[in-house]
Amino acid sequence: MTRILPVLTILLAILLFWYAMAVHMNAPWQTTLNTRADLTEVPFTTFAQQTWAQDKPVLPAPHQVITEIWNATVALELSSKRSLAYHGWITLSATLLGFAFGTALGVLLAVAIIHNDASDRSLMPWIIASQTIPILAVAPMVVVGLGAVGLTGLVPKALISMYLSFFPVVVGMVKGLRSPENIQLDLMRTYDASPWQVFWKLRWPAAMPFLFASMKVGIAISLIGAVVAELSNASGGGLGVRLLTGSYNGQTVQIWAALFIAAGLAAILVALVGSAERLVNRRMGARA
Amino acid sequence: MRSDLSSLQLYLALVAAGTGLAGLLAGLPTLGAAPLLTAFYALATLSLARLVMPWSLWLDLLLALLGAVALIASLPPGAAMPLHHWLALFSAWALAWLFVERLSAAIRRGRLPETGIGLIIPVLFGLALLVIWEVVTRGANVPPVLLPPPSAIWARLTAEVPLLWADFVQTFIKSVIPGYIIGCLAGLAVAIAVDRSPFLKAGVMPIGNFMSALPIIGIAPIMVMWFGFDWQSKAAVVVAMTFFPMLVNTVAGLNAASAIERDLMTTYAASYWQTLMKLRLPAAGPFIFNALKINSTLALIGAIVAEFFGTPVVGMGFRISTGVGRLAIDLVWAEIAVAAVAGSAFYAGVALVERAVTFWHPSVRGGRA
Repeated sequence: MTRILPVLTILLAILLFWYAMAVHMNAPWQTTLNTRADLTEVPFTTFAQQTWAQDKPVLPAPHQVITEIWNATVALELSSKRSLAYHGWITLSATLLGFAFGTALGVLLAVAIIHNDASDRSLMPWIIASQTIPILAVAPMVVVGLGAVGLTGLVPKALISMYLSFFPVVVGMVKGLRSPENIQLDLMRTYDASPWQVFWKLRWPAAMPFLFASMKVGIAISLIGAVVAELSNASGGGLGVRLLTGSYNGQTVQIWAALFIAAGLAAILVALVGSAERLVNRRMGARA
Repeated sequence: MRSDLSSLQLYLALVAAGTGLAGLLAGLPTLGAAPLLTAFYALATLSLARLVMPWSLWLDLLLALLGAVALIASLPPGAAMPLHHWLALFSAWALAWLFVERLSAAIRRGRLPETGIGLIIPVLFGLALLVIWEVVTRGANVPPVLLPPPSAIWARLTAEVPLLWADFVQTFIKSVIPGYIIGCLAGLAVAIAVDRSPFLKAGVMPIGNFMSALPIIGIAPIMVMWFGFDWQSKAAVVVAMTFFPMLVNTVAGLNAASAIERDLMTTYAASYWQTLMKLRLPAAGPFIFNALKINSTLALIGAIVAEFFGTPVVGMGFRISTGVGRLAIDLVWAEIAVAAVAGSAFYAGVALVERAVTFWHPSVRGGRA
């Protein structure tokens, strides 16, 4: 628990800095408003409170964002088009589907790579090169393209998430499946183990820590992929759409609320993978 | 049966020859239409001779290349290709796979040198992808609006060089480079500042790790509101995206120097700055370069996505989003190709500098970056 205090201190500092910046950045517009309303002698405390309560602030104060999140999730019905829970669910389902695809593809590729020399040599360089392509930057276009073929809804977004999340899984799993040492492989040979048994009883368990480390990275970028992929289709819904409409209408509070929800989702997803990791570790008898 | 073929190789050889024979039979009625393709069918069938006589693996490569050339040369303009061409595609693909299998087996057994020859395999894989893309899009008459063939993209790329160059300058030179430099330097500076206080370090690390996992790219619309439509807002997004990976990696890297090495610096009566410059920063090099490499791809993504939220009428993101709207998909793909080359070159450049700067690190000395 020695980490709680420092983290809280930093968070508090960020919060204070944020409120100060909100005053600073919203001040010009508030001054204009006050001059129009013929308010000349505004004490600083009142002025600060005014800057923290604007309708479309340049930088909304944290409590405005929290209020917006509350209003847009708990206070609204789930089916409402303005509910962030509704949009969050759309993004979450695309993220999870893409993450599942990506992890499966990554594991399959890794298995092919460690068992076959030719696929190692031909695939590995291109897998690495595939990630230098800014696919995220063309994600909205890919979604439009797939929509023209008839793939709409969840799947195109999930494909973007898959493209992003398979990479850490391949790299991690190749490392992990190769992590058993020669002496362990030799032992399996003395047991006359089949390749299938070597895989399931030695390589696969040995790769588990690598798989979970990769999945933590993978699920975070799956979410990013899903959010960005939503930017193209304003009618489809999702957190990305809230970002887009918020930016068109100058609804900064709405943008920040969507961002916070996305951040919260990312944190929860990574934490879930982390607890799955601990569970598996305990089942496999690892020492904590 | 010849013993130097593994069961997978034998299977591939049979598939290649079998589809070649099937193609030859299916193509018999129109034998004269595509002489090159007919020759390929015949030779692919003849490759069955490998079962009774030595058959160099380079012959397989030549056959696969012949198949690719024959396929592209005999693509009918503006119509779907005859069915038996798909057999040729399949046969050529099996031959290429067979070649790659045999080549990597030969390298593994030490019959062929690793350097140079080993490079053929990934290059061939990339070529195969391009050929399949070209043949499938043109052969199956896929509308260019959905997926243009590589040849059309290349034609557009060479025709629109000035336009693409202007977009490249706007997005890469004006937005990515300044944002990347500012973000990385800021992350480095904050990491060094935080490193002096264990209390701050304990607080910054979890938050930094958390922030690196967040969809920071989502602040793009906010930055466009704050800094306007031009490159400044894109650079600001890039700064925000590159800052946290750099911060986290540098803080981790500054801990990389071992206690014994620090003790040595203490016995030399080295000051804090001397220890930092001569021991800890160099020791953090691999971590810092890791962040620089991660950031090189993040930066380009950030700049392009930020352009979706508002931009002057130039820039890669602008061109991509308007290109989709105007159904100029080949231009969009040309832009993607430019972005891919720029991103890969940026990454490769950082990796090269890394090899030169952290030459002492085991991962570099071992010859693999």
